[in-house]
Amino acid sequence: MRPFKYTRATDVAAAAKTVSTNREAAFLAGGTNLLDLMKEGVAKPSELVDISGLAFSKIRSSGNVISIGSTAKNSDTANHALIRRNFPMLSQAILAGASAQIRNMATNGGNLMQRTRCTYFYDVNMPCNKREPGSGCGAMEGINKGHAIFGWSDKCIATNPSDMSVALMALDAVVKVSGADKKQRSIAFADFHRLPGDTPEKDNTLEPGEMITSIDIPMSSAGMAANSYYLKVRDRASYAFALVSVAAAFEIKGGSVAKARVALGSVSHKPWRCDQAEKLLTGKSLKDLNDASLRAAVDAELMDAKPLEHNGYKVELARRAMVLAFKRALKSEVVA
Amino acid sequence: MSDNFPELVDELTADEAELLEEVLSDLGESRRKFIGQSSTAVLGAVVLQFLAKRTALAGEEMAEFVPLGDEQAVKVSFRVNDAAKSVSVDSRMTLLDALREKLALTGTKKGCDHGQCGACTVMMDGRRVLSCLTLTAQCEGRSVTTIEGVAKGDVLHPMQTAFIKHDGFQCGFCTPGQICSAIGLMHEARNGELSYVSKDMRKTAASITLSDEEIRERMSGNLCRCGAYPNIVAAIREVHTGKATDPMAVIFDMSKEGSDATV
Repeated sequence: MRPFKYTRATDVAAAAKTVSTNREAAFLAGGTNLLDLMKEGVAKPSELVDISGLAFSKIRSSGNVISIGSTAKNSDTANHALIRRNFPMLSQAILAGASAQIRNMATNGGNLMQRTRCTYFYDVNMPCNKREPGSGCGAMEGINKGHAIFGWSDKCIATNPSDMSVALMALDAVVKVSGADKKQRSIAFADFHRLPGDTPEKDNTLEPGEMITSIDIPMSSAGMAANSYYLKVRDRASYAFALVSVAAAFEIKGGSVAKARVALGSVSHKPWRCDQAEKLLTGKSLKDLNDASLRAAVDAELMDAKPLEHNGYKVELARRAMVLAFKRALKSEVVA
Repeated sequence: MSDNFPELVDELTADEAELLEEVLSDLGESRRKFIGQSSTAVLGAVVLQFLAKRTALAGEEMAEFVPLGDEQAVKVSFRVNDAAKSVSVDSRMTLLDALREKLALTGTKKGCDHGQCGACTVMMDGRRVLSCLTLTAQCEGRSVTTIEGVAKGDVLHPMQTAFIKHDGFQCGFCTPGQICSAIGLMHEARNGELSYVSKDMRKTAASITLSDEEIRERMSGNLCRCGAYPNIVAAIREVHTGKATDPMAVIFDMSKEGSDATV
């Protein structure tokens, strides 16, 4: 591991300034992903600014949003009464990730910042445009069983590994960030992570030195609490990254679907919002929701999937997982 | 020999002392410098084993071989098993390595060193965490409990007793992490905390009684290559419920439960 300077941040502006000035510096919070990447030689920061002591660990109701502090632990967030009551799907998604020990360490901001688990990205002996721009993509010609079926480019076919982010995408969350000049801005969740294009080294739209301070979820999304579900499908029953995951949430009013939110995980470089499926389900009477109509919504979404050599199974897996997640979310609302 | 290396005498057999003296005189180097180079030297197994033991015990001496720039050294004060500790470490040193190499607490095991196996699990301020993915520098002001700190004197922690009773291990390498993790699991259940297999996220309860399915999910971060899982679940269930557990019942229960893996 490359030697680094370790400092404890006491002030957000100073921490942001350090990281924006020194392009080799990085924020450290839980460290569960960053330290592992450093041990592998994938990340080589010359300076770590520990932001875990900054005052961003609160989860609170603020006006018409629930604000989740960026340095709050994943486990504390999943178990918080405000989250469990209003966004149970977010609790499910967080608890579907990693292990109890890691969730006790990992922070919410860090969860959004975690990097792909593409094995070619992790192996410094392999080409990887994300790790080393211009070196090529080892996965494209290699074993791409776990890779993207949506939104990939010829430079990168990696997927985003976060479960939490898939639920946040479906809950219309907003990422609040603070920069070096104390400039604050809000980023819609759909705009936070990005597609690889020609610059796969950039996972998200943060500027250098910008720090996530909170993730805000509108209370309007709490209307879907009773009919939401996060389904994760993986190679083993627990403690594994998803092959495909589904966040499905519905608001039911007067016997029909007033609002539908659907996102897929592990199928793209970012959490994949399913606009087509949402459109076909919104306004549907519960009477008309059955295997055929749910399947039609799913098929409309998956029509544009572009599987690679080894991951064609993900299309069929996503198809089945989406229908199952819809049924679990709708529970007794659906007869079929 | 005894004049040059007085501190070694009582730990070497006559054969070992002779062999070491021979090696050192061949190299024409001091013992201190020699230890620093021992990883590349091709030596008799006895001498290597001896040196490894000396090096591991001599935490203070080791520090002299790790030249630290001011920027890279970190001084950390924290509590370990209820005792105040202060260490000066390379900023890169993990809590796991500090416990084992600096504080001679070798109960915490290094398995994968990448957060995948749970062998290094300890408790930090009462919560189970992975010491291999924690920098020592991050422990300032914290309180760490390792497997060495869970018993009360000669009285084992109930989880330790249950692991022995139910044969919750074979080789034992994962056991310190399993037990620390299981103790953490008990706290979490008492706090009413959830897991992915919990049926209703919105239902809150002061405390939760865990099914075997819940115990398995909540212990999934601790791998056991010997496959002692049914016995581990039996041990945890017994401590968690306070009722004696029949290990065979756990094995039969396992075949009944499905999972989303079959979608």
